[in-house]
Amino acid sequence: MLSLLRQSPLSARIGLGIVLLNCLVAIFAPLIAPYAETAVVGNAWETVSDRFYLGTDHIGRDLFTRMVYGARNTMALAFVTTALSFSFGSLLGFVAAVKGGWIDQILSRIIDVIMSFPTLIFALMILSVLGSSLPVLIFTIALLDSTRVYRLSRAVAMDIEVMEFVEVARLRGEGLWWIIRHEILPNAMPPLTAEFGLRFCFVFLFIASLSFLGLGIQPPLADWGGMVRENAGAITFGIFTPLVPAGAIAFLTVGVNMVVDWFLHLSSGLHE
Amino acid sequence: MTNILKIKNLYIEAYSEEKWQPIVKDISLTLKKGEVLGLIGESGAGKSTIGLAAMGYTRQGCRLASGSINLDGVELMGASDEDLRLVRGSKIAYVAQSAAASFNPSHRIIRQHVEAPVQHGIMNYSDAQKEAIKIYRRLFLPNPEKIGFRYPHELSGGQLQRAMVAMAMSCEPQIIVFDEPTTALDVTTQIEVLAAVKEITEKMNKAALYITHDLAVVAQVAHRIMVLRNGRLVEEGETRALIRKPKQAYTRELLNVRSLREEKNESEKMDVILTVKDVAATYTGDENVLEDINLTVRKGRTVALVGESGSGKSTLARVITGLLPAIQGSIHFLGEDLPLELKHRSKDNLRRLQMIYQMPDTALNPKQTVRRVIGRPLEFYFNMHGKKADDRIRELLSNIELEPDAYINRLTTELSGGEKQRICIARALAARPDLIICDEVTSALDQLVAEGILDLLQDLQNKTNISYLFITHDLATVKAIADKIVIMLEGKIIEQGAKKEVLAPPHHEYTDKLLSSIPEMDPDWLDNLLDERLDSYI
Repeated sequence: MLSLLRQSPLSARIGLGIVLLNCLVAIFAPLIAPYAETAVVGNAWETVSDRFYLGTDHIGRDLFTRMVYGARNTMALAFVTTALSFSFGSLLGFVAAVKGGWIDQILSRIIDVIMSFPTLIFALMILSVLGSSLPVLIFTIALLDSTRVYRLSRAVAMDIEVMEFVEVARLRGEGLWWIIRHEILPNAMPPLTAEFGLRFCFVFLFIASLSFLGLGIQPPLADWGGMVRENAGAITFGIFTPLVPAGAIAFLTVGVNMVVDWFLHLSSGLHE
Repeated sequence: MTNILKIKNLYIEAYSEEKWQPIVKDISLTLKKGEVLGLIGESGAGKSTIGLAAMGYTRQGCRLASGSINLDGVELMGASDEDLRLVRGSKIAYVAQSAAASFNPSHRIIRQHVEAPVQHGIMNYSDAQKEAIKIYRRLFLPNPEKIGFRYPHELSGGQLQRAMVAMAMSCEPQIIVFDEPTTALDVTTQIEVLAAVKEITEKMNKAALYITHDLAVVAQVAHRIMVLRNGRLVEEGETRALIRKPKQAYTRELLNVRSLREEKNESEKMDVILTVKDVAATYTGDENVLEDINLTVRKGRTVALVGESGSGKSTLARVITGLLPAIQGSIHFLGEDLPLELKHRSKDNLRRLQMIYQMPDTALNPKQTVRRVIGRPLEFYFNMHGKKADDRIRELLSNIELEPDAYINRLTTELSGGEKQRICIARALAARPDLIICDEVTSALDQLVAEGILDLLQDLQNKTNISYLFITHDLATVKAIADKIVIMLEGKIIEQGAKKEVLAPPHHEYTDKLLSSIPEMDPDWLDNLLDERLDSYI
C-alpha cells in the first residue's frame, strides 16, 4: 500500500490530501470550531473579522463553525448513502445479468417504475409520509440512487457474463453467488469505482435540494448543501457567504474524483 | 525497374518496463514497381510494425529510432505530419486484418471508400463513386453497382475484406500493405480474397508488402519472401527458391507440414463414451440450427468436427455441454443418458465433460492467478485444499510443460497466447475428464505455437487415454490429429467416417471444395486452382 502511494501521480496525491483534510476536519470538528454548531453569535452576514474567520450566516451564526460541522454531517451522510446504494444496486444488477430470463425482467421493470418518477418528487413522497429522520433520509436517497447503480452494474455484468470464463464456471457447476463474487465483481470494479466517485458528489447536491425544501437534514444541523440554499439570497447583495459552502462542495468533489481516477488506472491496468 | 520503397537499417523501439527497447532491428528492404514482398513470422516478429513503418507510422508507444524509409523519393523518417498525410492513401495504402473492425459500422461502404480520394483532392464525390464501382467489379464483388450502398454488417467476412482491398485502391497508390488480410477467414473465403490480391498485383501492376504467418498463403502471392523473427531478418529469397531450399533451420520449421499422427484404428469393440442421437437444436424456436445430428466418440480417440463458420459446429458443442438444450434427440455419455439441460446434470457428469475454447484471452479471468484458475476445479470437484492442491497444481503445470515455480503465481494477463491456452488445458485436466471438447483451440495461435498445443494434446491422450471432440475449420489440423472426421454444412452432417475414408476420393461435393481450398506449399497452387474453378463455371 505504501509503495503504491509512493508511485502515485501528483493528481492522486492532491486528491488524497483534499479528502484527508476533509476527513480530519470532520473527525475533529468540536476541537477546531471556535463556537457551538448552532449558536447565534453575531449579526446576520457580518464580514470577515478576527472573531468570525469567514463572517456569519443569515441569522448570525459563525460560518467557519458551520462549515466545520457541515463537513462532518455532509460527508458521513453522503458516504453511508452511496455505500448503501452501491451494495444494493450492484448486487441486484449482477443477479439480473447472470440469471437473466424472468428474474432480470421483473427486477428491471421494478427499477424502471422507480426511475420513471422524478427523483425529487419520489423522495418528497417518501419523506413526507415517513417523516424526515436521518435513517429515512439515507434509505430514501440510497434507494433512488441504487436504480442508477443497478442499470450500470447490470450493463457491465452483461458484458462480462458473455465471456467464456463465466461459461467455464457455469459448466463447472458453480453457483450464482460464486460466479458473482469471483468472476463478475473483480472485473466490474473499474467502472463501478468511477461511478462511486460521481454518485458520492451527486448525493451532496441531492441532500441540498431536499434541505431547501425542508425535508433534508433538519436545521439547525449544519450541512453544506443546506447552507448554500439558506444563504443563497445574499449573493444578490454582493455577499460571498453562499460561495463558501459551494466552494467546499466543489473542492471535495474534485478531490474525490482525483482519487477515483487513480483507483481506476490501478484497477484497470491502464497507464498514462 | 526502379525501387519505389527503400528501407535501410531500420530500427523501431517500443516503450516498456520504463525504457525504450528495440522491437525491429536493422531491417533493410527494397520494393520494385509491381513486386510483391512477403513478410512472414510469428506474432512478435515485428512484421506488422515494419508494414506500418513503410507508411511512416508507428503504433502508440513505439517510435522510429533510426534508419531511413524512402518512399518514391520522399524520406518518411522525421517527415512532418502534413507531408505524411500527403503520402498516405495516395501513394501507399493499408489493408488490415479484420475488415469488420476497420469499417465504421454506421456508414455505407462506398461513403468510406470515397473519403480518401475526395480528401486528397484527386476526384470529386461522384467520380470517386464511379471509380469505386469499377474497382468492386474488378475484385469480383457480387452486384458491384449496389454493394457499396450497403452497411458493413450486411456483407460477409470475405466480401468485406475485398471491399477493404478495393478501398485501399481508391487513390491508385503505388504500394499496398496487406496485414494478414485472410487470417480471420475460412479457407473457402480466403481463396476469394487471395484472388483479389492477385488481380491487383498482377493485372494492375501494384507493388505490395504482404504480411502473414502462413507460408503457404504467402507462397501464392509473393515474388520474394523475408522471414522475420524477434524483429530480425532470418532469411530472404525468391519465393520458389526459399520454399524449395530454405537455408535456415527456423524457415524449415515453418515449412514443415504438420506431422501426421500414427494411425489408430477404430474397432467396433472399443468403448463408445459419447453418443449423440438424432439431435436437433434451435436458438429462435422456429428455425432449427442443427438437425439430425448423429455421432459417436470412442475412448482414447479424437473426432474432428469440420465446417465453415456458421455450419453449426460450435452450436453442437453447446448442445453437448447443455448450454443450449437440444429440442429433440438424446445424448448418451459414459453409459447413461445425459440430461439435456445443464442445470439437471450431476456434478460428476459436469466434471467428466470439459471444454477448451478458441480464445484463451476470454476463457481466463484476467483478475485471477494461475494457481486460482487451476486450483478451483480441484477444490470444487475433489475438495482439495492447501498443500495437496498445491502439489496437484504443480503436477498439472509440469504436465503442460510449464515450469511450476515460474507460473503458479502469475496473473493470467501476464501470459502469452500459447501459455494461456496451456493453462486452459490444465484447467480442463484438473477435473480428470473423460472427454474434452476443443473448440478451435489452435486457430487464434501462431503456427509453431499451435503445433506445440496439438503435440501436447496428443501426448496427453497417449498417456491418459482421454477422448477429444475437436472442432475446427482448419483441415491441416484435422489431418494432423483426427481419427475420425465429421463434416458439417448448414447445421447438418454431410459426411462422416474414419480419416482415411473421408480424405480419400470419392468425396462429397462440399468436402472436395473444402479440401481443395487448403493452400498448398506450391507457388502455382492458387493459379491452377483458380483456372480449374473458372473452367468448371464455364
